[in-house]
Amino acid sequence: MLVLTLASVSLLLVIGIGLYLHSAPIIEKLSWGTLITSSAWKPLKGLFGFYPFIMGTLWVTGIAIIIALPLCLLTALFITEYAQTGIRRILVPFVNLLSGIPPVIFGVWGVLFIIPLIQNHIAPHFVEFSTGYSVLAGGIVLAVMIFPLIVSIIGEVLNTIPQELKDASLSLGATKWETIKKVILRKALPGIVAAVVLAVSRAFGETIAVLMVCGNNAVVPHSVFDAGYPLPALIANNYGEMLSIPLYDSALMFAALLLFIIILLFNIISRVILSRLERKLAS
Amino acid sequence: MIRRKAEEWFFKILMILAAIIVCGSFFLIVGTIFAKGIPYMNLDMLTKTPGGGFYIGKEGGILNAIIGSLYVAGGATVLGLFISVPVAIFINMYMNGKKFLSDSLRVAFDVLFGIPSIVYGAFGFLIMVYFGFRASLLGGIIAVTLLVIPILVRTLDEVIGTVPQELSDAALSLGATRWEMAKVVLRQIKPGIFTAVLLSFGRAIGDVASVLFTAGFSDNIPTSLHEPAATLPLAIFFQLSSPVEEVQGRGYASALILTIIVLIITVLSEILIKKFSKHKS
Amino acid sequence: MTPTPHISVQHLNVHIGNQHILNDININIPDKKVTSIIGPSGCGKTTLLKSFNRLLDNTAGVKITGKVLVDGEDIYDPKAEITHIRKKMGLLSQRPYPLPMSIYDNVAYGPRIHGIKKKQILDQLVEEQLKATGLWNEVKDRLNASANRLSIGQQQRLCLARGLAVNPEIILGDESTSALDPVSTSIIEDLFINLKEKYSIVLVTHILRQARRVSDYIIFVYGGKVIEFGPTEEVLLNPQAELTKEYVKGFIS
Repeated sequence: MLVLTLASVSLLLVIGIGLYLHSAPIIEKLSWGTLITSSAWKPLKGLFGFYPFIMGTLWVTGIAIIIALPLCLLTALFITEYAQTGIRRILVPFVNLLSGIPPVIFGVWGVLFIIPLIQNHIAPHFVEFSTGYSVLAGGIVLAVMIFPLIVSIIGEVLNTIPQELKDASLSLGATKWETIKKVILRKALPGIVAAVVLAVSRAFGETIAVLMVCGNNAVVPHSVFDAGYPLPALIANNYGEMLSIPLYDSALMFAALLLFIIILLFNIISRVILSRLERKLAS
Repeated sequence: MIRRKAEEWFFKILMILAAIIVCGSFFLIVGTIFAKGIPYMNLDMLTKTPGGGFYIGKEGGILNAIIGSLYVAGGATVLGLFISVPVAIFINMYMNGKKFLSDSLRVAFDVLFGIPSIVYGAFGFLIMVYFGFRASLLGGIIAVTLLVIPILVRTLDEVIGTVPQELSDAALSLGATRWEMAKVVLRQIKPGIFTAVLLSFGRAIGDVASVLFTAGFSDNIPTSLHEPAATLPLAIFFQLSSPVEEVQGRGYASALILTIIVLIITVLSEILIKKFSKHKS
Repeated sequence: MTPTPHISVQHLNVHIGNQHILNDININIPDKKVTSIIGPSGCGKTTLLKSFNRLLDNTAGVKITGKVLVDGEDIYDPKAEITHIRKKMGLLSQRPYPLPMSIYDNVAYGPRIHGIKKKQILDQLVEEQLKATGLWNEVKDRLNASANRLSIGQQQRLCLARGLAVNPEIILGDESTSALDPVSTSIIEDLFINLKEKYSIVLVTHILRQARRVSDYIIFVYGGKVIEFGPTEEVLLNPQAELTKEYVKGFIS
C-alpha cells in the first residue's frame, strides 16, 4: 500500500522528468529563450519557435476567462443569494451535467453552432471575411467548458460567508445588492481569484474542443477573429509526424513540458490560496 | 433611494440572464447534438463496424469504436481501482497521526487531478516508446489509467472521509487489525466506490487526448492487447474531418451515441451521490 | 402603567417551516428604557428580536403574521421600506462581526450607504461614535487598520459604534456580551445604561444578573409565548406566573 501511494505521487515527478529528458535535445539546440520568443516554426529546417503557440494559448484562454468570469460570478451570486430553494435545485444539476460532457462533444457543438454563428452573424460586423474558425470560437467553447468549475468554486466560497456578517450589513439599512457589492465580494475575493487561477490552468490544457474550432494556423493572433494554434492543439495535430522529422518529437515534448510546468504552477497557487482561506475560516 | 433600488434591479436582471446562459448552455449543446445526430442514427451504427475504411467508407457503423472505448475505459477503470483503493485507504487509515504527510499527499493528488489529459497522453506515449509498444489497446489503457487514478483517489478519499471516526475506532477497539478495519470501511462505502467508478469511467470514455497517441485506431474490434483500438471520441473526430458527407453524418450520430452514454453515466452517478448522502445522516 | 411604547407588537405569530415559534405575541417595548427579554434557550427570544428589524424575513420557510408598530407604523406593511426600518434599529449580535474593511470604514459604512459622502462629516461621525463607545482613544491612531485586528471586546464596541452611526432610535442586542471577557462585558453593560437616554434598548440575555443590572423592564418568554412583563425588580423578585417563578428560582439574592 505504501509503495503504491509513493509510486502514484512520484508520478508527478516522473512525468516532469520524463518530459524534460525528452525535450532536452531541443533545449540544447535552441535555448529556452529562443524557443519561447521566436515565431519561426519550420520543423523541416529545424526551426522551432513556440511563440505563436504560446500566444494562441493565451488568446484562447484569455477570451474564455473574460467571457466566463462575469457570467459565472453573477450566476453563483444568484444561486446563493437570490434564488429560492426550488430554483436552486433546478439550476445546480444542470451546471453539474455540463461538467460531464466530453470535450470532443464540445468540439462538435463548436463546429455545428459557434462557427456558423461567428462566420455569419458576428464577424460580418467587424471584418470583411472570416471562416469562423478563430480564437474567438476557441474562447467561447472553452468558456462554456469551464462554467461548471468556476460556478462551483465561487459558490462554495460564497456559502462559507456567515449569514451574521450579511445580517450585520443588512441591519444597517443596506440593500441585498449593496451587501453583495461591499461586503460579500470583498470577503470572497481570494476565493474568486483561486477559482480563476484554477480555471485558467484547466483551460490551458484543454485539447480537442479548441483544436476543432480555432483554425490551427501557426501565426500570432492579432484579433479575436484570427485563427490561433494553442499548445495542446500543436501536440495533438502533429504527433503523427513526430518520429519522422528530426527533433520534432523533442519539440512536441517540450510543448508538453511547457504546459505541464505552467499548469503545475497555477494549480499550486490556487490550492495555496484556497487552503489559506480554509484555515482562516477554521480560526 | 430610487437609485439604490434601480441598481439592485439592474443587477438582479443581469444575474438572472447570466444564470440562464450558464445553465441553458447545457440544453443548447445537447440539443444541437441531438438535432444534428438523430437524422443519421440507425441500428447499423451500433451493430456494425465501418465498411470501406473509417475515413471514407459509406457503410457500417461504429461498433469498433464502441467496443474499443468500452475496453479502454473499462480496463483503465479496473486497473485504476486496483491502484487507487489501496492508496485511498492508506492515506486515510494508516496516516492518521501524521496530518502533514497525509495532507501533502492529498495536495499531490489534487495537482495530478489538474494535469490535462494531453500530458498524460504524451507521457503514456513516452512509456510505450520506452518499453517498445506500438499504439495499441494496451497503450491506451495505460495512458487512461494514469488519467483516472487521481479522479479515483480523490473521490474515494472523500467517500472514506465520510465514514465516521467512531466506526473505525469501534472496530479497532474490538481488536481488529488495521487491515480488517479497512475491510469494514470498504463494505460501508460500497455505493461510494460505485460512484467513483462511474465518474472515472465517464471521464475515461470521453477523453481524446490521452488515447490520441497511445491507442491507435482501427476499423476492427481489437482481439488482443497489442492491437490498435478505435475509441469513440477519436472516431467522432476522424469522421467529422472526412470530406465525405455520409461519413460526417455518421460523425454526428457517433457524437449523439457518446453523449447519451455519458449522460446516462452522469445522471446515474448524481442519483447515487444523493442516495449515498441520505444514508449517511 | 407602562410608559409610551416605542415598539408595539400586536398578535405576532411566526412559523418557521412546521414549527410555531412565536405564538400570539402582544407586547409593548417602552420608550427610552432598557428592556431585557429572558427565557430558556430555544423559546423564541432571538426570533422575537429579529422580528423587530425584519431580519427574520431572510430565514428560509418563515411565515409572519401580525403587526409590529414602530412609532405607530406597522413595519410589516407591504408598502413599508425595509431599509428605512432597519436603519432605525441597530443590531448587536452574539459574536462581533466586523465588516471586512478598516475601523474607519466600518463605522462609516452605514452613513455612506445612506448618502453621506463628505469626508469632514464622515470624520466627525466616526470620531463621535467611537468616543461614545469608548474606543476612540484606543484606535484613533490606526483608523485605517483592518477591523479584524482588534480584540473581541473592542470589535463588539466597534459594532456598536457602527450601529449608532446610522442614527437609530432603537438598539437591539442579541446576547451581545456572551462572547466577551468580564471587563469588556461590563464596559458594554455600562454603555447600555448610558445610551438609554437617547435610545430605546431591547436586549436578549440568559444571564439574569445582567438583566437585573442593566434593565428597567423584563419580558419573560417561554415556549414562544410572553409569560410575564413588568419592571425588573418585580419580575425577578416577585414573579406572578408559575413558569416565571420556576425560571428565576434561586436567583433571589
